[in-house]
Amino acid sequence: MSLSKHQQLGLSDQNILEMYRTMLLARRIDERMWLLNRSGKIPFVVSCQGQEAQQVGASYALDRTKDYAAPYYRDVGVVLSLGMTARELMLQAYAKAEDPNSGGRQMPGHYGQKKNRMLTGSSPVTTQVPHAVGVGLAAKMEKKDIVSFVTLGEGSSNQGDFHEGANFAAVHKLPVIFMVENNQYAISVPLNKQVACEKISDRAIGYGMPGVTVDGNDPLAVYEAVKQAVDRARTGEGPTLIEAVSYRLTPHSSDDDDRSYREREEVEQAKQKDGLLTFKSYVQDQEIATNSELEQMEQEIREIIDEATAYAENAPYAKPESIYDFVYGNEGSTR
Amino acid sequence: MPVLSYIQAITKALQEEMERDEKVFVLGEDVGVRGGVFRATDGLYEQFGETRVIDTPLAESAIAGVGIGAAMYGMRPVAEMQFADFILPAVNQIISEAAKIRYRSNNDWTAPITIRAPYGGGVHGALYHSQSIEAIFANQPGLKIVMPSSPYDAKGLLKAAIRDEDPVLFLEHKRAYRSIKEEVPDTDYTLPIGKAEVKRDGADITVITYGLCVQFALQAAEKLEKEDIDVHILDLRTVYPLDQEAIKEAASKTGKVLLITEDNKEGSIIGEVAAIISEHCLFDLDAPIKRLAGPDVPAMPYAPPLEKEFMINPDKIEAAMRELAEF
Ligand SMILES: Cc1ncc(C[n+]2csc(CCOP(=O)(O)OP(=O)(O)O)c2C)c(N)n1
Ligand SMILES: [Mg+2]
Repeated sequence: MSLSKHQQLGLSDQNILEMYRTMLLARRIDERMWLLNRSGKIPFVVSCQGQEAQQVGASYALDRTKDYAAPYYRDVGVVLSLGMTARELMLQAYAKAEDPNSGGRQMPGHYGQKKNRMLTGSSPVTTQVPHAVGVGLAAKMEKKDIVSFVTLGEGSSNQGDFHEGANFAAVHKLPVIFMVENNQYAISVPLNKQVACEKISDRAIGYGMPGVTVDGNDPLAVYEAVKQAVDRARTGEGPTLIEAVSYRLTPHSSDDDDRSYREREEVEQAKQKDGLLTFKSYVQDQEIATNSELEQMEQEIREIIDEATAYAENAPYAKPESIYDFVYGNEGSTR
Repeated sequence: MPVLSYIQAITKALQEEMERDEKVFVLGEDVGVRGGVFRATDGLYEQFGETRVIDTPLAESAIAGVGIGAAMYGMRPVAEMQFADFILPAVNQIISEAAKIRYRSNNDWTAPITIRAPYGGGVHGALYHSQSIEAIFANQPGLKIVMPSSPYDAKGLLKAAIRDEDPVLFLEHKRAYRSIKEEVPDTDYTLPIGKAEVKRDGADITVITYGLCVQFALQAAEKLEKEDIDVHILDLRTVYPLDQEAIKEAASKTGKVLLITEDNKEGSIIGEVAAIISEHCLFDLDAPIKRLAGPDVPAMPYAPPLEKEFMINPDKIEAAMRELAEF
């Protein structure tokens, strides 16, 4: 009997089930956030929907006990894979004091959690790219076997910081993986108005690093590409640029209305290729889980999200006077 | 005690800190084999090698941003901007990132990076090699801006900046690099960031300034001493956040205040100093606050008469001091 795709990649059935579960959890959390937004409970959501497969596939290729990541605002799948919990995600959605990302200081989707080696991110896009390169530089200087993984959108790959960071990493052969999550849009502006090259990965040649384009709806294809990049990074061969192609299934954010710039048909077509659905089929076809086990998984996830939502909703906000805290380190409050 | 120039004191501080702590490293354009275009990193490449004295690609946002990433990881990077004028491509990294990393992560992450940049004019550097850029960064809580006026201060403050838990913008006057020399101890000492220092004790008028202008003010004060005008000089040393107590004390001491900067006048650091004084010391004042600053033109021109017109010098300060004393 020939080996299945995941077996060829050295992944067990258990690994596949975990990956699927993480993708599903990301999707269901995201969907819940939209409900909470539309019912006036939380002011803002920015979605991962349509990108879970690439986020989870990539994260599982990292060593999640030591590698670093600089995720961007859509990376619910990444942060869950790296150890953030549903409850913590809800705490940031509700901007509560206990939110480990920022204590409710930043908008939702601005991830960062030192204990899980996730760098803190900001709103101006692509600033995280040089930071990830800096981690790669530090790892190399300290002779630590660490890979630095950074994600960004395809529109963001036009920023100077992408170019400056990629070039720096390549010149110094740093253990950095740049993954562009190409979801075809930067808010309303489609890919062909963002770049004139055929593929985002074509940019890699200009930096002297390998560039690969993979189907971002297929977590195993992304896993394979990132794994190869991880191996290159660990053996001192330097950075890799990976473009994972998928589609943004929601409007840009809860403040956007995508009907003004794209056809419903296009969105419907993309939904047919939704990585969550195709990977579920894979799990079923490979008989990794039965339908009733998958139904039970849905049920468990629903309970986790219910609990997380209730917890976050009831959690306290930061005290007003805490606004003065942590401007500088040595003197605590600036008041 | 050895006599060091301002730039030698900078090099000494870097060398001592790199010897003290393996996490300290230098990155920037031409800082390696060349030892920096001003030679601030002279000898460091030979002593510490290319992994700790890193010649980066010509890209300022990456110099700052990669340094910030390394600082978040736990290193102590000292990034060099070749000229302060060329820090502008890195402003987003400095203001949106370095200054806010502690605050936005609720104290989870920090970015203890030092960014050094040579600023200031009087070196035939024209518009883009003469600027004072401190005001751009001087309303960004989370960031500290240090501008030493002497070799002794430069060494102690740079060592403090490197050890500081927060990002520090360290601005060195390039005309001071070789023109200012003094005794600098070989010992390991630091000076407090956030503290101004009285450089001359006097009773008649108060001058508050920073950087190279402190030296010019000291020279002018020397001359006025012969006319029995006794000048008190406060060196801000850290221009952000300001040492408000020291400013109030110095202003109240004489009641006549002259504020000096080489930067363009409107929107400069000394405007904030004037605000602090008027807010807290109005009834101690015996004269309107006087400001001496660069003109409000975009930057310092090249031709010598134009450069001279822009620059602050001891003569201009002397005249302003006399005028204030006679008020
Ligand atoms: C420097 C900067 N400019 C503009 C914005 C506003 N903005 C936020 S997301 C976005 C589009 C980003 O598109 P892309 O990089 O493709 O990522 P995606 O949202 O599609 O995942 C824009 C213009 C910003 N956050 N930062
Ligand atoms: Mg996009």
